[in-house]
Amino acid sequence: MRAKKTDETDRIGVRKTYKLYIGGAFPRSESGRTYPVGDSHGDFAANAALASRKDARDAVVAARAAFGGWSRATAYNRGQVLYRVAEVMEGRRDQFATEVHNAEGGKPDAAAAAVDAAIDRVVWYAGWTDKVAQVVGAANPVAGPFFDFSVPEPTGIVAIVAPATSSLLGLVSVLMPVIATGNTTVVLASELRPLPAITLTEALATSDLPGGVVNMLTGKVAEVAPWLASHADVNGLDLTGAPLALWRDLEIAAADNLKRVRRPDDVEPDWSRDPGTDRLTTFLETKTVWHPLGV
Amino acid sequence: MTSKLFPYSPAPESQAIVNIASSYGLFIGGEFVEPDDGETFKTINPASEEVLAEISEAGPRDIDRAVAAARKAFDGVWGSMSGKERAKYLFRIARIIQERSRELAVLESLDNGKPIKESRDVDLPLVAAHFFYYAGWADKLEHAGFGANPKPIGVAAQVIPWNFPLMMLAWKIAPALACGNTVVLKPAETTPLTALVFAEICQQAGLPAGVVNIVTGAGETGKMLVGHEGVDKVAFTGSTEVGRAIAKTLAGSRKRLSLELGGKAANIVFDDAPIDEAVEGIVGGIFFNQGHVCCAGSRLLVQESVADEVLDRLRRRMSTLRLGDPLDKNTDVGAINSYEQLARIRELSDIGEAEGAERWSPACELPERGFWFPPTIFTGVTQAHRIAREEIFGPVLSVLTFRTPDEAIEKANNTPYGLSAGVWTDKGSRILWTADRLRAGVVWANTFNKFDPASPFGGYKESGFGREGGRHGLEAYLAKGK
Repeated sequence: MRAKKTDETDRIGVRKTYKLYIGGAFPRSESGRTYPVGDSHGDFAANAALASRKDARDAVVAARAAFGGWSRATAYNRGQVLYRVAEVMEGRRDQFATEVHNAEGGKPDAAAAAVDAAIDRVVWYAGWTDKVAQVVGAANPVAGPFFDFSVPEPTGIVAIVAPATSSLLGLVSVLMPVIATGNTTVVLASELRPLPAITLTEALATSDLPGGVVNMLTGKVAEVAPWLASHADVNGLDLTGAPLALWRDLEIAAADNLKRVRRPDDVEPDWSRDPGTDRLTTFLETKTVWHPLGV
Repeated sequence: MTSKLFPYSPAPESQAIVNIASSYGLFIGGEFVEPDDGETFKTINPASEEVLAEISEAGPRDIDRAVAAARKAFDGVWGSMSGKERAKYLFRIARIIQERSRELAVLESLDNGKPIKESRDVDLPLVAAHFFYYAGWADKLEHAGFGANPKPIGVAAQVIPWNFPLMMLAWKIAPALACGNTVVLKPAETTPLTALVFAEICQQAGLPAGVVNIVTGAGETGKMLVGHEGVDKVAFTGSTEVGRAIAKTLAGSRKRLSLELGGKAANIVFDDAPIDEAVEGIVGGIFFNQGHVCCAGSRLLVQESVADEVLDRLRRRMSTLRLGDPLDKNTDVGAINSYEQLARIRELSDIGEAEGAERWSPACELPERGFWFPPTIFTGVTQAHRIAREEIFGPVLSVLTFRTPDEAIEKANNTPYGLSAGVWTDKGSRILWTADRLRAGVVWANTFNKFDPASPFGGYKESGFGREGGRHGLEAYLAKGK
């Protein structure tokens, strides 16, 4: 964060250390490494943790540990938790606006609008948790004496390369649909604009979201994403924020355990648009259950 | 099997209904054409090893031609035809399949080795039903929940396996055409005949040239097809190994992919299950189609307290299975589809014994010619055994036991696959509890190996992705809306 404003007053400001978010805790990188993050003017903003392969693996372990509880939580409960996330974000609206503005530049009003849109998007997905099964599930009229139904279930652990440009709105737009349906995640924040992502995790940590449902890594996409793409306990890979130059290799690595891959777009999507249900259904499996009818 | 219990006289289905040509070309642009480089291979009857016909092997130029024909049909006719008109072609195809159902069933049994009662009573009715089901979707796609103005993807490359040749063709072609795509389909090299008769059916239906193209050949042909620059979508059913390779081939491209791959399904029998019904389900789960079923219930998980009783009755039931001539209407277990597959089943079974599991088959006389393997169970199997981990794709059942429901779930999910599973119990809440925890795309409760065009089918984890059947099956053939 740009700390100048505080520093310019007579009081010396208390700065924040931006760390990782793994299993509900805020550790530094096990590697002890950091990298300097600049603001939109290129001035020093903070030293962010430079996540390593080990951090990525620890994050996957935390995500796996959290999967059983989160995927099995009632859809209503997941909705309550996500709505709580929106409430906590709303309370930090100004802080987010400042951080997004520092990270992305532009007009302060635009940053504030992006934060508002991000909070509203969390609310949108909070409401989806207990509706998606009714929209994409089915009772199947099979030609025989059977009751046959299909329900959506979460894919498992999804690794997400968050959008490079939109540091908060883009991030929640890719993250919320994935956890709304019961997946747990390891997110690689925007490499150049990681600070709003870490502040978001502070909102997550105080919203009754179980630790490990969202794990946030900051660092170099080219270094960490390949470990997530090839990890045998990761079930899905969202490459929305991956540089196009890395896409093919990441998708090849993901094929080893047949991860579900969401490919990057040619250009980063316009996150202010209506999101639809596309991302909500990307990391869902369909389970079909048959049972005979009879007395 | 030479059952002393019920002596049966032979009851062979007549072969007179099929008329197999001595050789077949490739079906490209609405007609049968010679392959460019003239290579051929033979397809044989696995029950007798007799040559049935000489089949063309499509090379790179043939694939070019087929993809070009599909593109031309997509751009010129099919992609822009109204759903209402497309539907009528699909209804025609469904009807002709019904009309020629017996002929196709006999041909399927000849080329594949599966019992006629299965090809006649399971495969063919499902094939026709699949075309009927998707025919009805063709003019209703805007109501399917995939956007207000759903569009086809383009040219689909489809590669199918040998275990349900015509049924897999139906699962691939029916939804593709209903959504307005055109296809180039490659049947398996050991079972090309029904796909070639299907080409003739497309002609009889008056389907515009190039909408369906059938190219025959082996793995190399398939590889050329899925890697071809001119295809927009690839659909594959087969082994996980090949599925993985295809996923890598398509990496970094905008080509869409759906995969239906291997499995190692758990069939869980709780102590309160109706034992006789469960035994029928176990037998159907693993010996249906000689176990050449990706969703076969190849791991029996039986609760320890009833294990002895279940296994006693299972052995007794297995002793009444009739193995032999696939065209005999009494045959329960037909021929293994190929020598290569037989060798794999033998190898894994030998490994099962070598690793310490106990092997049992009923007394069983195998025909002298052809490829045969007796129904087999292994007891004393642990989760580390290869026969508990790897897909055998034959009539071989690995039996494991469990004490608590949690242990059953733990063992059932302890596999990289996730295609199907079974659960047998009298208690409704236990069925739903179990079904909820199994990480598998299809769960059969107190039944097994049931299929229907309206019912989505497909796997979790390394069993692939995408669904075939039902409304869900449309998604793989519609362009992603923005």
